[in-house]
Amino acid sequence: MKITFKLYATLQHLLPSDAVNNAIEIEVPDDVTLHQVIDRFNVQHKDAHLVLVNGRYYDEEARDQPGILKETDVIAVWPPVAGG
Amino acid sequence: MAWTRQILRVNLTDGTCIAEPLNMDWANQYLGQRGLATRYLVDEIDPKCDALGPHNKMIMATGPLTGTMASTGGRYSVITKSPLTGGVACSNSGGFFGAELKSAGWDMIIFEGVSPRPVYLNIVNEVATLEDASEIWGKTCWETEELLHVAHQEPQMRIASVGRSAEAGCLFSAIVNDLHRAAGRSGVGTVMASKNLKAVSVRGTLGVGNIKDPVRFMESVTAGKKVLAENAVTGEGLPALGTQVLMNVINEVGAMPTRNMQEVQFEGAHKISGEAMLEPRASDGKPNLTRNGGCFACTISCGRISTVDRQHFSVKDKPQYWGNSGGLEYEAAWALGSDTGVDDLDALTYVNFICNEDGMDPITFGATVAAAMELYEAGSITKQQTDGVELKFGSAEALCWAVEQSAVSAGFGADLNLGSKRLCEKYGRPEMSMTVKGQEFPAYDPRGIQGMGLAYATSNRGACHLRGYTVSAEVLGVPEKMDPLATEGKAGLVKAFQDATAAVDSAGLCVFTTFAWTLDDISPQIDSACDGDWSPERLVEVGERIWQLERDFNMKAGLTGADDTLPDRLLKDAAKSGPAKGKVCELGNMLPEYYQLRGWTPDGSLTPETRSKFGLPA
Repeated sequence: MKITFKLYATLQHLLPSDAVNNAIEIEVPDDVTLHQVIDRFNVQHKDAHLVLVNGRYYDEEARDQPGILKETDVIAVWPPVAGG
Repeated sequence: MAWTRQILRVNLTDGTCIAEPLNMDWANQYLGQRGLATRYLVDEIDPKCDALGPHNKMIMATGPLTGTMASTGGRYSVITKSPLTGGVACSNSGGFFGAELKSAGWDMIIFEGVSPRPVYLNIVNEVATLEDASEIWGKTCWETEELLHVAHQEPQMRIASVGRSAEAGCLFSAIVNDLHRAAGRSGVGTVMASKNLKAVSVRGTLGVGNIKDPVRFMESVTAGKKVLAENAVTGEGLPALGTQVLMNVINEVGAMPTRNMQEVQFEGAHKISGEAMLEPRASDGKPNLTRNGGCFACTISCGRISTVDRQHFSVKDKPQYWGNSGGLEYEAAWALGSDTGVDDLDALTYVNFICNEDGMDPITFGATVAAAMELYEAGSITKQQTDGVELKFGSAEALCWAVEQSAVSAGFGADLNLGSKRLCEKYGRPEMSMTVKGQEFPAYDPRGIQGMGLAYATSNRGACHLRGYTVSAEVLGVPEKMDPLATEGKAGLVKAFQDATAAVDSAGLCVFTTFAWTLDDISPQIDSACDGDWSPERLVEVGERIWQLERDFNMKAGLTGADDTLPDRLLKDAAKSGPAKGKVCELGNMLPEYYQLRGWTPDGSLTPETRSKFGLPA
């Protein structure tokens, strides 16, 4: 299935050069886990602080569970960030 | 110690500058800066006085760690009664002015009365004099800085001033120091101008040496700096992308207030984000961001120093804006950008420059333009008012026109300078003002971050993110992740953030340290510098006392529990997209528990027991 993967902040350099606006469309198996997608882009798990699927947060445990992602979902990943 | 134990009282009516000892009983109860200055304000003014009349006072206050080597120890606050909210105003600024004031030997300056003619206060260590300001009245903050540096032949002098907007009565004027840092919110600059006080210039060479236990202080300060350096947020994220790193995060979680808070996600967010500021532009190959910048003693350095594309319509014929200057920070980028629907990064950078140059709070300015755009699209405002300008959402040209009008209060700028509450009332659509207690919201939609709804509704200075930044836990997972859409546990969370922040704001430190520091990191720095016991528990107690004191002032000023609410748009109109789609802010689920935790009655009044517990003045 096709999903969109986004990487931001100090991790954005790990995206391939054809990414647009910090996003790239990728093909993944139906039973893929969030960690498996993240691993494809060489993002260290400790750096994947915020992992959002369609804007909702998924914790460490959920990131190893298959069946969370479905066609056209958007995964967005940030390292620890804050502002004000 | 750490306090200089000396305050400066400036009577503008009489033209006198008199030194007084600091009230150490109050310092022991309220620490410094925000808390201590509020204690003085409560003691010295009638809460019902006219904020812009002669009986209001304005206090510039440092904290005990201001001017020391503690990381971020350069802050000062301006405390007064707000012309925007009618309640207490407390605006905090970085840069270098606060540390310079402290190094000149002063914990705070209390301004009272009104000068019969425009003046500025010049301080060189213990010598303070009121000087004629006729040469700088009518000038921008940037011109004022340059003219005073030249007049005094003192390049190291630090200056805080008001711009032309404040002189013209704009109700959300800021006090700008060091060109692009500001005590920005609640109209503190308007109060300063109402006193015919144009600027405060300071040169301080005495330093801050009066530390209780210098060896322990240096050890705790060094340990604190190590924590900041090794933390991914304060050591890496904030220096690299600044607060603007949040633009894409908050948009992704569906809490980005858009087009006057009609929507919660902005399709142009990526174009005005921290990441976009790093992208080389087509015209000259340079990115918007030149470098990061730090305030006095700061080891985080989150500030943005940027340029506008010289080919951009806003500055094409204005070379004075081709150089580097401050911004964009996230709050300005949001208010000037997604709230107005404008996704033109150069336009936002230019408008932010003008807000700095002429001293307007970019949050309230942007949100007021957004309200005006909604009024225009609804037909309540027409081209007759806007002098032919199409004041539509998404128009960068209209936004740039608006800031130029507002800076000098020309034409429709005088309407904008009322702030959105009074503007929307004037044009018969009060429901279009996105405010609490008359002050505009910052950059987090409370339908998508429920705790922020409670933080806004109960903030003592009107809608504000810096009174209880629960975004940290609800979205960013600092210190621990909570569900932003849940209301359970948020009353306690908001109270804890509010109390801790009040303590940090009273120490002379920046609240951004708390992304890495807990009170266990902050306490040893204060405790080794200041006489008395400043354990983490004591800091929480002091923070809560400050909160109660501010609340008490507001109640005496005429605000009530009925003012602890949000606009109907956020309580009744559901979010249209994102994870919060279909949700409103469920304030009613959180407010009663919050009142209970605070020790207030069900209608939000302080009980006699609460007053007694915190030793509040009668």
